[in-house]
Amino acid sequence: MADACVTFSDLTLGYASHAAVHHLSGEFAAGSLTAIIGANGSGKSTLLKGIAGILSPLSGKLAIAPGKRVAFLAQRSEIDLHFPAQVRDLVSLGLWQRRGLFGRISTGDKAKVAAAIEAVGLTGFEDRDLDTLSGGQMQRALFARVIVQDADLILLDEPFNHVDAKTVADLLGLIRHWHGEGRTVVVVAHDLELVRAVFPQTLLLARRAIAWGPTAEVLTEANLRQASHFSEAWRDDAPWCEPSSGHDHHHHGGHDHHDHDHHGHDHRHGAAA
Amino acid sequence: MSLYAILIEPFVQYSFMQRALGGLVLLALSSCPVGVFLMLRRMSLAGDAMAHAVLPGVAVGFLLYGLDIVPMTIGGLIAGALVATGAGAVSRYTAQREDASMAAFYLISLAAGVTIISLRGSPVDLMQVLFGSVLSLDNAALTLLAVNLAATAILMFVFWRALVAECLDPLFLRSVGGPGGAAHFVFLGLVVLNLVGGFQALGTLLCVGLMILPAAAARFWTNRLVPMMAIAVAIGIVSSASGLLVSFHTASPSGPAIVLCAGLAYLISLAAAPRGVLMTRLRPHRHRTACPAGAHHDP
Repeated sequence: MADACVTFSDLTLGYASHAAVHHLSGEFAAGSLTAIIGANGSGKSTLLKGIAGILSPLSGKLAIAPGKRVAFLAQRSEIDLHFPAQVRDLVSLGLWQRRGLFGRISTGDKAKVAAAIEAVGLTGFEDRDLDTLSGGQMQRALFARVIVQDADLILLDEPFNHVDAKTVADLLGLIRHWHGEGRTVVVVAHDLELVRAVFPQTLLLARRAIAWGPTAEVLTEANLRQASHFSEAWRDDAPWCEPSSGHDHHHHGGHDHHDHDHHGHDHRHGAAA
Repeated sequence: MSLYAILIEPFVQYSFMQRALGGLVLLALSSCPVGVFLMLRRMSLAGDAMAHAVLPGVAVGFLLYGLDIVPMTIGGLIAGALVATGAGAVSRYTAQREDASMAAFYLISLAAGVTIISLRGSPVDLMQVLFGSVLSLDNAALTLLAVNLAATAILMFVFWRALVAECLDPLFLRSVGGPGGAAHFVFLGLVVLNLVGGFQALGTLLCVGLMILPAAAARFWTNRLVPMMAIAVAIGIVSSASGLLVSFHTASPSGPAIVLCAGLAYLISLAAAPRGVLMTRLRPHRHRTACPAGAHHDP
């Protein structure tokens, strides 16, 4: 079994102490290619934000293997399209992790940016203003930025939304290529057919892990039915998650003994296929 | 009256005109690029609010030391920093958005500032603080403007990449652990620094004019960041010189004349610049074919 790239132990993530991802344990093996699926509100984006370090855990632990560089492509990016920037500037942001605030941008870096733009098929668009790009072109540019980031762990949140079939095929080609290079890739997706065709591993989320493992074993009728039976509703009066026997009224954080059902999702998952 | 007599002679003959122009050039060089960032971050009105927020600090300096530029500047810096971080903190820790807290803070500041100045000064002093006295810039004021320019240039140079990334894609910057929060506070610091730098020349009410108007005008000329800043600086300098001349020949107050000239530059740009109203209206009549003949380039 390959080493873990990301390990979760009893991880709970959420906003204002309302858990969106509940007591998740397991790992993404190094070099694995995993799809995360689940209904809206099932915690897919929250989990990626947690791994990317944008959201801190409410409780539990999330560990990324030391020395791993992470690239995160958000679902709803906060890119300001009206900022006076061109495709080249957006792609060059990917140099940040290696060059930071002061590092000199070398000619090698510039070549890397040009090569990434070529790899996504945007050659000739280097000097186009961002607000003139189509949805598909924008997504290509963002994939080029991921290439430049040269990350060991790549997190993509619904990268196939609002792009045409040709673009989806090209982006999938890039994802396969990254997988072939031994990078760990985690993609939030909705299209089950596409997941079956491309992704060896799948994590089915409904706030907690319903199933996690080889795609064929996860995408069963029973699992999908179970995943659809969760309440998306955000209830302010939702009970604190705490031991039913205990009289100590702490909520998430440092509970060593609590007794709610973990549904057996506490196990290790297969290595790269 | 020759063109020379109208345009050049006032600056050659009168040292107060030379000082005024020198001070305004220093101010335009630093505050116009800051104004470009302010506009691109959709904070133009926040800049206006922060300019008012500087007033009570300036007023306390005035109350203690009279019309002396150094204590007034230090007071303004302290008040500006307090209000900028205070408004930021309110929006971060409560449900209230930054614009509402900015408005609350600046209204309080403006009222407090006017009250404090009136405790000791005359209406003339109040006018001078609110609308500036660019024709009486002394050596201390010019030195402060030069220091302001140097500090702005250094901070901009050091934080350039973070400022751009924080504007362009803040979520990305956070995902790679970039100093987004620090960049934001450095930027607010730059705004306060330049507003305080400008208050003696243009007054606390109008100093934001030389920051925002040239930047807003430059937006209509280009979609490149560095050229946009260069154009903003050029507009700032030309507006300053022409405003001084207008005020000289018509014996009108100089601060408003300068801001009016910048406003005129804005209106002209709005109408006639490549990205302005007229050109974008006319352009659809002639457009290029989607593809050059024979080339199929459709990613």
